[in-house]
Amino acid sequence: MPSNAQILWMYEIMEKARYYEDTMAAVYMEGKSPKFDIGAGTVPGEMHLAAGQEPCAAGVCVHLRPDDAVTATHRPHHVAIAKGVDLNKMTAEIFGKASGLAGGRGGHMHLLDPAVNFSCSGIIAQGAGPAAGAALAAKLRGTDAIAVSYLGDGAANQGGFHEAMNLAALWQLPVVFVIEDNGWGISVPKAKSTSVADNSVRAAAYGMPGVHIADNDTLALFDAAEEAVARARRGEGPTLIEVETYRYYGHFQGDPELYRPKGEVEALKAKDPIKRLRDKAIADGSMTEAEADAALARAKAEVDAAFAYAREAAYPAPEDALTAVFA
Amino acid sequence: MTSNRILPVSRAMSEAIAEEMRADPSVFVMGEDIGTYGGIFGATGGLLDEFGEARVRDTPISETGFISAGVGAAMSGMRPIVELMFVDFFGVCMDAIYNLAAKNTYFSGGNYKVPMVIMTATGGGYSDAGQHSQTLHGTFAHLPGLKVVAPSNAYDAKGLMTAAIRDDNPVMFMFHKGLQGLAWMASPDAAATVVPEDAYEIPFGQASVLREGKDVTIVTLSMMVHKAMEAAEALAKDGVEAEVIDLRTIVPLDRETILNSVAKTGRLLVVDEDYRSFGLTGEIIAGVAEHDPTLFKAPPRRLAVPDVPIPYSRPLEQFIMPDAAAIAEAARASLG
Repeated sequence: MPSNAQILWMYEIMEKARYYEDTMAAVYMEGKSPKFDIGAGTVPGEMHLAAGQEPCAAGVCVHLRPDDAVTATHRPHHVAIAKGVDLNKMTAEIFGKASGLAGGRGGHMHLLDPAVNFSCSGIIAQGAGPAAGAALAAKLRGTDAIAVSYLGDGAANQGGFHEAMNLAALWQLPVVFVIEDNGWGISVPKAKSTSVADNSVRAAAYGMPGVHIADNDTLALFDAAEEAVARARRGEGPTLIEVETYRYYGHFQGDPELYRPKGEVEALKAKDPIKRLRDKAIADGSMTEAEADAALARAKAEVDAAFAYAREAAYPAPEDALTAVFA
Repeated sequence: MTSNRILPVSRAMSEAIAEEMRADPSVFVMGEDIGTYGGIFGATGGLLDEFGEARVRDTPISETGFISAGVGAAMSGMRPIVELMFVDFFGVCMDAIYNLAAKNTYFSGGNYKVPMVIMTATGGGYSDAGQHSQTLHGTFAHLPGLKVVAPSNAYDAKGLMTAAIRDDNPVMFMFHKGLQGLAWMASPDAAATVVPEDAYEIPFGQASVLREGKDVTIVTLSMMVHKAMEAAEALAKDGVEAEVIDLRTIVPLDRETILNSVAKTGRLLVVDEDYRSFGLTGEIIAGVAEHDPTLFKAPPRRLAVPDVPIPYSRPLEQFIMPDAAAIAEAARASLG
């Protein structure tokens, strides 16, 4: 069970991630009307927002240290926030500015921050192997650092995921695989892509424990992740956790979501996980309303500051496109 | 202390790796059959005995898994050497190489380094057919973010491997199977050379002029270096002096040495065991042409494997492989 401090931390992180995504949804549309043009405006390119998936980030990252490695997906913002990525530099990177994490070379799908050992990628399941590799590095060095690989439900069918699972179990690597099952691989529902209803059963195929977290339950995930992280640190090897979570937005911004059943998003929002955590914590006294309000205010202020920072930041010199290819 | 011992390429490679592993605990090796077997092509002989299983890891057949694990380890500060057994197998794991290893330095603005060596066996000529005989220099050289090296002999192999391990970037170390000096595959005598016992580096981007000549420039690499040298001897008997340039590294490419030579001879022949179209031979010629096409006294020529899958049957395979006779003929033809 989490301490009060951990509950407050998770609540604040989730509110921060939620407000970040909702803010980004609005900013992303700047300059893209009257006709939506994906390459135009303040934030160009694809945008994959994780509103609704915040528990997956908070419930796991609460247990992590800066020296633990995290690899994430094309829908990375909530995880980056939970891992402690510099919010100003991250937002500047998404805006394509020179003061971004990579001087604008990576953008929203390629946010990398060695200061907190965070990286993400636009290729499905591409992060599974590197997380195993970071875990291998920790093991070779004899530290108790671990790695976490975030994946979507779609990634659970990609070969690289299966290879990494086998390798991690075979070599007893300190890695936790976290599947954020939001039910959709773009437009294809899980029942039409995946041969099993619950990916946690696939853990048995690789000889590691598998845990399923139902209905976006932050506290249940907290407990499962605590055990998985502790196992890994003790040298007992990997764990697979699948979290049934919610995707409030489309696969990408601009996605008309014609494939999505009417009312699904509204039904999910009616049981919003952040509100559930807040209400429960206030009801059982682990958080006061004043603490929650203060946390929310802090979260919003930090996000607003990051967006302001990114807006005011300068674009890189065009010739910077040619640098930083090699170390 | 100098010694005159001669090593085959395979031993030169494993010696380079062993010396770096002794000096730096962050260096480790992963790949299929690189442990107990010592590498199918002999690149890791003796390493398991000296360094043990933690640092010399036989992997499952999971190229995406262990190559991308190598990237993750490299980003965490280790210096992995990962073997892709046959370059032809890149298809199952290319994402981990060209989209992950090659790009994470750029995607992080240089904040992350990926100090990793991917060593891989290339080449045909022994009837291993279309999925086990390819060379693919151009495929890897074409994609930004990878350094690509291809030694033709043991001395260069050790120096380039040492440099590759010490380089903070992903390096494709492409070694030709027919140069390794394996007990079960013939290799040219000249591939095995004197190799100093102490560690040394050969800098990338420095081609080697193996033979000076005034009449025609032959730019080549890897196994074709030996065919070109054989051709040069035959040409010399007819009074044609060929200048043979061994590229040693493809990325970075030593364009200056090529230009200086063509400026001297006016005639360029590029020889590559990779497929002909859209690759290394075209790149070398284009590089000279765009610099100064008036350097050419005759149209530049290239010899490469034609754009067909590499056939199995010996007469078919010999037909598509450039050999010394074809190189000499092409060189003579460029002299008119």
